[in-house]
Amino acid sequence: MLDRAPDISAGNETTRRVRFRGAGFVPASSRFGGWIALGLVIAIWQAAGSSGFINPLFLPAPSAILRAIYELAMSGALWQHLSASILRIGVGWVLGTAAGVAVGFAIGLSRLARSVGITFISALFPIPKIALLPLLILWLGIGEEPKIATIALGVFFSTAISVYSGVDAVPRNLIRMAQSFNVPFATIVRKVVWPGALPAILAGFRITASVALLLVVSAEMIGAQYGIGAFVLQAGNLMQTDQLLAGVVILSVFGLVVGKVINLLETRLLHWR
Amino acid sequence: MDLIANQISHRFGDLAVLDDISFAVSSGEVVAIVGPSGCGKSTLLSILGGLLQPTSGAPELRGAPSADSLNPLTFVFQDFALLPWATVEENVEFPLLHTQLSAAQRRALVEDALRRTGLTDFRRTYPKQLSGGMRQRVGISRALAVKPAILLMDEPLSALDSQTRELLMEDFVRLLADGGMGAVYVTHNLEEAARLADRIVVLSRRPGRIREVVAVPMTRAERGEIAARERLLALQNQIWSLIRNEAIDAEREVQHA
Repeated sequence: MLDRAPDISAGNETTRRVRFRGAGFVPASSRFGGWIALGLVIAIWQAAGSSGFINPLFLPAPSAILRAIYELAMSGALWQHLSASILRIGVGWVLGTAAGVAVGFAIGLSRLARSVGITFISALFPIPKIALLPLLILWLGIGEEPKIATIALGVFFSTAISVYSGVDAVPRNLIRMAQSFNVPFATIVRKVVWPGALPAILAGFRITASVALLLVVSAEMIGAQYGIGAFVLQAGNLMQTDQLLAGVVILSVFGLVVGKVINLLETRLLHWR
Repeated sequence: MDLIANQISHRFGDLAVLDDISFAVSSGEVVAIVGPSGCGKSTLLSILGGLLQPTSGAPELRGAPSADSLNPLTFVFQDFALLPWATVEENVEFPLLHTQLSAAQRRALVEDALRRTGLTDFRRTYPKQLSGGMRQRVGISRALAVKPAILLMDEPLSALDSQTRELLMEDFVRLLADGGMGAVYVTHNLEEAARLADRIVVLSRRPGRIREVVAVPMTRAERGEIAARERLLALQNQIWSLIRNEAIDAEREVQHA
């Protein structure tokens, strides 16, 4: 008879609960955990600086760094350096991205472009682009052009690779589906390949943004009067570590802002995921 | 309009997949293709629909489709092949975008296709929000929007659970009863073949050859009745006896591969 639940008290044997074994391996991050940890580190750092435990020449306290940033902002120097860097990054990134997207799509869609393009990219991608700066100065003169070209080159290769990987990753069944409805090539590229490759392209933007930041700082350290890289180098030469770290903090904030913008783009453009 | 497989053979490199396949499907007629795993059923469908070049032979069309047909040979895919970034409505409209139709004409076709598949209330949802059965309904709706003469259906129910499969099979019966639309229905499920097809083409193990063409001597409406169940089962058993030994061999071959 199975018309009632079995009597759990039946028999003389005691029951014991089955041990739960399914805990762990689900590392959910708490909402404020990261901020609390960051605040704690800064507080300890500040306390160590204020008590004289750490020599401010080697590691100035957070308050000193904030003061340096405030003074930079008030004197107008912050904007002068930041605008120079932003201009270089902006122009270099846009040029490199435009060329990278075009070449990446060509490699993803054309057999000829693929056989030629992948060989060149494989050969040139591993070169640290900053090593080309002296050559670019020789070609383009002393000015903004070689710095912008260095950034554009660095961005170009990463973009081209992420774009053609993205195009390759577009499910073939979607392309076959479009072909089965006689959809023309250009429409397939616009309506199937482009949106299908977009997640990889946006992931590539995240990488190229950090590549651009790295290259602008390196290029400005080699030869620039203004720019966050030049400012950090000057501060280092003059042992002004509070100024130096102010520059580093500004770079960090800049990187965070760019990351947030890309997050926003992903939320807007990839809401279907 | 008739779709004719004219002595189609196909090889992938050294591997012979199809050997001398010939048959014809007319508008209004449903032909199922069954056979052991790996016998080239889906390859044959891709060739018939012009998505794959056969090594020899050719798919051919005879006669003209109806004047309003925008894509006479239209696929319904096993994996639905829906654009994940497009809503149900946009997916159904997708094959109409490059046509000469006005926006109003496109809208009317989309409306009609959504209504026939019961998707009107889901028009603004995205594929990921839908169940497997509803996703395949979107695939069918998209196919209906272009007014096909012959549907090429590649195991359209095999990714679905048995209850959903039953419901969609009823939808197919209803849609195929509607008009002059024909279908080539590739399946490994003999019940689907017996329920939907007018004729069942039984393929041999790879390289797929036509072993037998079995006619189903009942209307599709009759097959839904309880009285027909026994006859349909007998038919399924007849086809199963044709392919059983080869299916066992094919399965062993796949396992050893």
